[in-house]
Amino acid sequence: MSELSLSGTLHSLAQRDLMIAFRRRADVLTTVFFFVIVASLFPLGVGPEAALLRSMAAGVLWVAALLASTLALHRLFAADHADGTLEQMLLAPQPLSLLVLAKIAAHWLTTGLPLVLVAPLIGLQFGLNTAEFPVLLAALLLGTPTLSLIGAIGAALTLGLRGSGLIALLVLPLYVPVLVFGAGAIEASAAGLGAAAHLSVLGALLLFTLVFAPWATAAALRIAVE
Amino acid sequence: MLSFNSLACERGERRLFTGLNCELAASTLLEVRGANGSGKTSLLRMLCGLLDPAAGTILWRGEEIHALGEQYRGQFAYLGHAGGVKDELTAAENLRFSASLASIVIDMTSEAAALAWFGLGDHAHLPCKTLSQGQRRRVALARLRLSAARPLWILDEPFTALDAQAVQLTQSLIESHLEQGGIVVLTTHQDVAIKAPTVQRIELAA
Amino acid sequence: MNWFKYSSPQTFYPLAGRLVPLFYVTAAMLAAAGIYIGFFVAPTDAQQGEAYRIIFIHVPAAWMSMFIYVVMAMWAGIGLAFNTRLSSMMASALAPTGALMTFIALWTGALWGKPMWGTWWVWDARLTSELILLFLYIGFMSLQASIDDPRRADKAGAVIALVGVINVPIIYFSVKWWNTLHQGASVSLTRSPSMATTMLTGMLIMVFAFWFYSIAAALMRVRCIILERERNSDWVKQMNGPRT
Repeated sequence: MSELSLSGTLHSLAQRDLMIAFRRRADVLTTVFFFVIVASLFPLGVGPEAALLRSMAAGVLWVAALLASTLALHRLFAADHADGTLEQMLLAPQPLSLLVLAKIAAHWLTTGLPLVLVAPLIGLQFGLNTAEFPVLLAALLLGTPTLSLIGAIGAALTLGLRGSGLIALLVLPLYVPVLVFGAGAIEASAAGLGAAAHLSVLGALLLFTLVFAPWATAAALRIAVE
Repeated sequence: MLSFNSLACERGERRLFTGLNCELAASTLLEVRGANGSGKTSLLRMLCGLLDPAAGTILWRGEEIHALGEQYRGQFAYLGHAGGVKDELTAAENLRFSASLASIVIDMTSEAAALAWFGLGDHAHLPCKTLSQGQRRRVALARLRLSAARPLWILDEPFTALDAQAVQLTQSLIESHLEQGGIVVLTTHQDVAIKAPTVQRIELAA
Repeated sequence: MNWFKYSSPQTFYPLAGRLVPLFYVTAAMLAAAGIYIGFFVAPTDAQQGEAYRIIFIHVPAAWMSMFIYVVMAMWAGIGLAFNTRLSSMMASALAPTGALMTFIALWTGALWGKPMWGTWWVWDARLTSELILLFLYIGFMSLQASIDDPRRADKAGAVIALVGVINVPIIYFSVKWWNTLHQGASVSLTRSPSMATTMLTGMLIMVFAFWFYSIAAALMRVRCIILERERNSDWVKQMNGPRT
């Protein structure tokens, strides 16, 4: 039997994860519903005044997206760890960082991407100007993968540990730059200043995280499985 | 081909074993026995490279396994306590994805043949969560049938949860691998007489 | 002198024991000098009156909080790279002191803000970054506390500390951007126009006082960690003497 190529293995791994996510659709939908619920709590807390909500829209959207992402992180490695598939991944004759990247990509497709698609609806709820939607989508498209990448490190470090809040505690401070520039992009655009600078920073953060996070996650996985 | 010297293991804060030496040539079976908690699984995980020994070295064909890295990982197949079977996938899908993760190319016929050999032909397309524990174990073992090209097999209690027929199938699978020049390292609580050209035993005291 | 002689817990333990009182006493003397200068000798500030004197505690604490985080990450990284136990123990010993410094910085920042601008908290860039630094410390300590196996706790802590140390400049930069974006007037705790020499001297002495205190506290803590982790080894068992 001949050897399978690296890209073949990565493709197959991502495909497997997507297949499993499809068969557990409830998990995916829970993340989206959580996003919607959290965002809806803010008007209930601060009052329905339109101007106030519009000024809060960007921040609320992003905080809700952060929290929803954090909630979904345990799905990344926990099940694989429990049924022994994670071990097989560590023993595969392929670079672990790339296998991890394939898993994160599949995870983002079932976590981050649905958030991006639903965000405009929340934006409308908060009275966000539809002219800001392109910036909103661009910022989320650049930001949510970064959240998944950083979150993967937290998920790997807390593998098998009891206590649900720990991963949020580790990962939320690291999310701050994405939050600041993501929300800032929308607000800058709304103020007429243009979001180009913010989006470039988001892009830079994504590239930086893309290079370092899989490697850190792989190291954390090896530590956790020992 | 596989050898280790002065291997020591520390788990938590206990020294489980020290000064373990062994040399395994082709067609050798290594049986690791010992009471629960004596470090059998830890020893196997060290041979896989998942766990770092507290002391000692492990060599594959004369080279340290950590230096070999990916190269070494392509030379063995590991079956742990958790079988590596995903409940949401069917037996056939599980086999296909395990094979591709291990960089083994398989086609539909060899996939079906491996499952049929273990008596899973009828259940190949049902999600594994509907199968019994023993059947799931067979799905995990089916992967071994595709790993004939890997010289080293490291099996942690391969006979657990298997009925008599499955035990026999697994036994003959291991025996044919040994016959073809492979090395098998296994731990077991059961007394299964495996015929092998060379047999070595390690007894770990707790 | 062979410095590596002290790289094992067994040999470091007595050395640390001898150093702790030295550092505590020096820290106390420096603190006495610094507080005297800061609270009695330095002149009253033209703009801020007497309340500004809190900077003699706030600034050294803030500097130490950041410095300790870097040192902690360094020791954790060394422990991870070279598989040395004592380095990781040192990192774990530094964390609570670093967190304490961060907490002091935040508290004194609030005490400064109240007489100045009438609010107990100001979302300026430095204070907000200190707050996030506190979260990073707490994350490190919580992670280590949640892991039972000490070696895994060491290594996992090292990963999060190193990830944190890389992110601290990024977080600071982004918080600064956020702050300038949202703040109209430059109300800032960091605005410190030309300082009188006495003020600078006082602050410098306090920095050293805090530094020596931190070393003493960390050394004492690492001794406890050594005893706990090495409790099954012969030299620790012998220390307690034969049981009656």
